[in-house]
Amino acid sequence: MSSAKNQAERIKEISGVNPLKCMKCGKCSATCPAFNEMDIKPHQFVSYVLNGDIDALANSKSLWKCLSCFACVERCPRDVQPGRLIDAARQLVIRQKGQTGLAPEEIPELLDEDLPQQLLMSAFRRYRR
Amino acid sequence: MKYTYYPGCTLRTKAKDLDAYARASAKALGFELEEVENWQCCGGVYPLGTDEIASKLSSVRALNEAKEKGQDLVTLCSACHHVIKRVNNDMKNNDDIRTRANNYMQLETPYAGETNVLHFLEVLRDKVGFDTLKEKVVNPLTGKKIGAYYGCLLLRPGKVLGFDNPENPTIIEDFIRAIGATPVVYPYRNECCGGYISLREKEMAKNMCDKIKESASGFGAEMLITACPLCMYNLNKSEAELPVYYFTELLAEALGVKEEAK
Repeated sequence: MSSAKNQAERIKEISGVNPLKCMKCGKCSATCPAFNEMDIKPHQFVSYVLNGDIDALANSKSLWKCLSCFACVERCPRDVQPGRLIDAARQLVIRQKGQTGLAPEEIPELLDEDLPQQLLMSAFRRYRR
Repeated sequence: MKYTYYPGCTLRTKAKDLDAYARASAKALGFELEEVENWQCCGGVYPLGTDEIASKLSSVRALNEAKEKGQDLVTLCSACHHVIKRVNNDMKNNDDIRTRANNYMQLETPYAGETNVLHFLEVLRDKVGFDTLKEKVVNPLTGKKIGAYYGCLLLRPGKVLGFDNPENPTIIEDFIRAIGATPVVYPYRNECCGGYISLREKEMAKNMCDKIKESASGFGAEMLITACPLCMYNLNKSEAELPVYYFTELLAEALGVKEEAK
């Protein structure tokens, strides 16, 4: 992968977010329903992008825990939209050749008879490109 | 009144009921749903990346078809609604996305967000009117205590979806009153059910849904209603005892057309 600085720039481009606007109030983390599952919390995620520490984000548990529920996006008083940053970091990983958050071979054992098509579709879109 | 209607993948498969009850109810209320020809799946989640264009095109095709017919586009599934409304917002307000999407589409007249996107609930509130709905109810669900489960996708981001107040919504409670039942307001009604995470992280989604159901029960709800097949699936995986219905099932019941939907 290219240099950390370039990667941070790519995350800003893909997300369309300016992390410099963050005033570190922590409201995103306070409202995140996946907070307990995250190693790097949403408000910290913003700082990691600012500091160009992208490898840590790419290898974090948090990257795969964001639910895209838009609670942080709705409630951010500075319109930083941490959920968009997390999605962009995820894309930086899964757009690389051979990288994916979900392999098709995993699917059969995850199915049950009530599982809606919407769930498969959404998961493929969220874990893969 | 005729609307262009986008059912989406799950309403043709695991959530046929959601669709059938809506169609029967629309007929009873005097409006028509004309299905988009050859519609394609919306993708289930809105593509957040500013450079993602191809994954937004299925929405643009449906939106453009409604525009050509001069009709509003009605959706029923929360996810389809979320995706199509947000893509429409991009086509209206984001020059870069609009230009690049139209380059793919090669339409005679470029699409620029002209279509009005309405959720079925918005049709009930803004077009039919809850007062008129109330008059057409033949079988009021008197005494039923119902919790509205909004989840995320109908409400957020509020600025784009413009569906209702994202923090303190009232549309489903007003719907519940219109069909003669009693709404139960509870704190977790706009909390996430876990969404797509339930494919692999079943325990995480289950814990979230346990909280939602316990919150609703604690405030006296006897059942929940939802507009989303994925919320329905996730909520049903929780063992907390509280039945979950599609809002259209109760609507059809109140309008006395439940049997016709079968």
